[in-house]
Amino acid sequence: MAAKTLTIDGQMVGAAEDQTILEAARDAGIPIPTLCHLDGLDSVGACRLCLVEIAGSHKLQPACVTVVAEGMEVRTNTERLQKYRRLILELLLAERNHICSVCVANGHCELQRLAAAHGIDHVRYGYQCPKLEVDVTHPIFGLDHSRCVLCMRCVRVCWYIEGAGTKNVSGRGSGSRIIDDLCQPWGESETCTSCGKCVHACPTGALFYKGATVAEMERDRGKLEFIVRAREKKQWIV
Amino acid sequence: MSFLDLDEGLLDLAARADLVFSPVVDAKEYPENVDLALVEGAVCNEEHLEMARRLRARTRVVIAFGDCAVTGNVTAMRNPLCRAECVLRRAYLETADLNPGIPVEEGIVPPLLDRVLPLHEVIPVDGFLPGCPPPADRIRTVLEQFLDGKPLQLGPEQIRFG
Repeated sequence: MAAKTLTIDGQMVGAAEDQTILEAARDAGIPIPTLCHLDGLDSVGACRLCLVEIAGSHKLQPACVTVVAEGMEVRTNTERLQKYRRLILELLLAERNHICSVCVANGHCELQRLAAAHGIDHVRYGYQCPKLEVDVTHPIFGLDHSRCVLCMRCVRVCWYIEGAGTKNVSGRGSGSRIIDDLCQPWGESETCTSCGKCVHACPTGALFYKGATVAEMERDRGKLEFIVRAREKKQWIV
Repeated sequence: MSFLDLDEGLLDLAARADLVFSPVVDAKEYPENVDLALVEGAVCNEEHLEMARRLRARTRVVIAFGDCAVTGNVTAMRNPLCRAECVLRRAYLETADLNPGIPVEEGIVPPLLDRVLPLHEVIPVDGFLPGCPPPADRIRTVLEQFLDGKPLQLGPEQIRFG
């Protein structure tokens, strides 16, 4: 496979021709923030946190789905990008009801951690405070729409890793919701295998194990790594 | 309570500052020319709104202290119920076991606002101290920065909500 040479933040970087900017940057030790991206799942470029500047293009590009090119000049952390990332995170915090202090994922949440890492000490936009349901009809798991950021990790892991296709998205824009099967209570789903991959993939407290109280729920991401390794390298190492 | 976790730091603080208004100071009226106010809690009713405006007018530096003041936090969980009358109906009629009735006493019970608001949606705020509660070291950092005349600056590990 041909190699490509590009610069990321002024640093010369070599990458395989099918690598994304995100992969190339991470290989070079250059961090780019992500939220909807999860190693092992196909990227969709939904959250826009990984937007980068590419010389010669006015459009910002999501690093997770943009493939490297020879001679590409990428900037990952300009003031403009930082401004947009803060904006995205603040809008996510304002859109639904993210009440960290009483969330099962308090202290284990990617949105919470990203907000702090981007210097967000308050939200400049009006909280929307939508009235949203919590689905606890499933015997083991729960879904709290108040905490959902619509990253669709759960949908992707359910369709493409588990192959069950239980999780879907209904609606448009801020009216979008994660649904099960044909928008029925999770507990009545005929396709859900109760594998729990969606719970482990979720970046926030939207999907959780029932019975976890505030700040108690930690995800077992090792389970995902096990699956990725098993699939890609045919190694079943626990 | 978290403020009290400053422990011996409280003694240093007492040597450098005068506490002029707080739940533990017997002052009925918020004084003039206050250097720093740490405002706890969200703005939930007319009395809070009035107090926030008065405090802003009489204070040089106002800091939103804790997640309730910064985000609305748990107190804002009533907002999805929409207007104040829905909240009162839910709390005092629909879920009441004994003597259902919405408390009304003009001049004593302040009318609820339709929405619980973070402090900065009501008055300009100079600094934010998130946390539920903000841990003592975070409080100490902010107070020391203020007393030393430095700009308020908290690192990523010190501004986490929750």
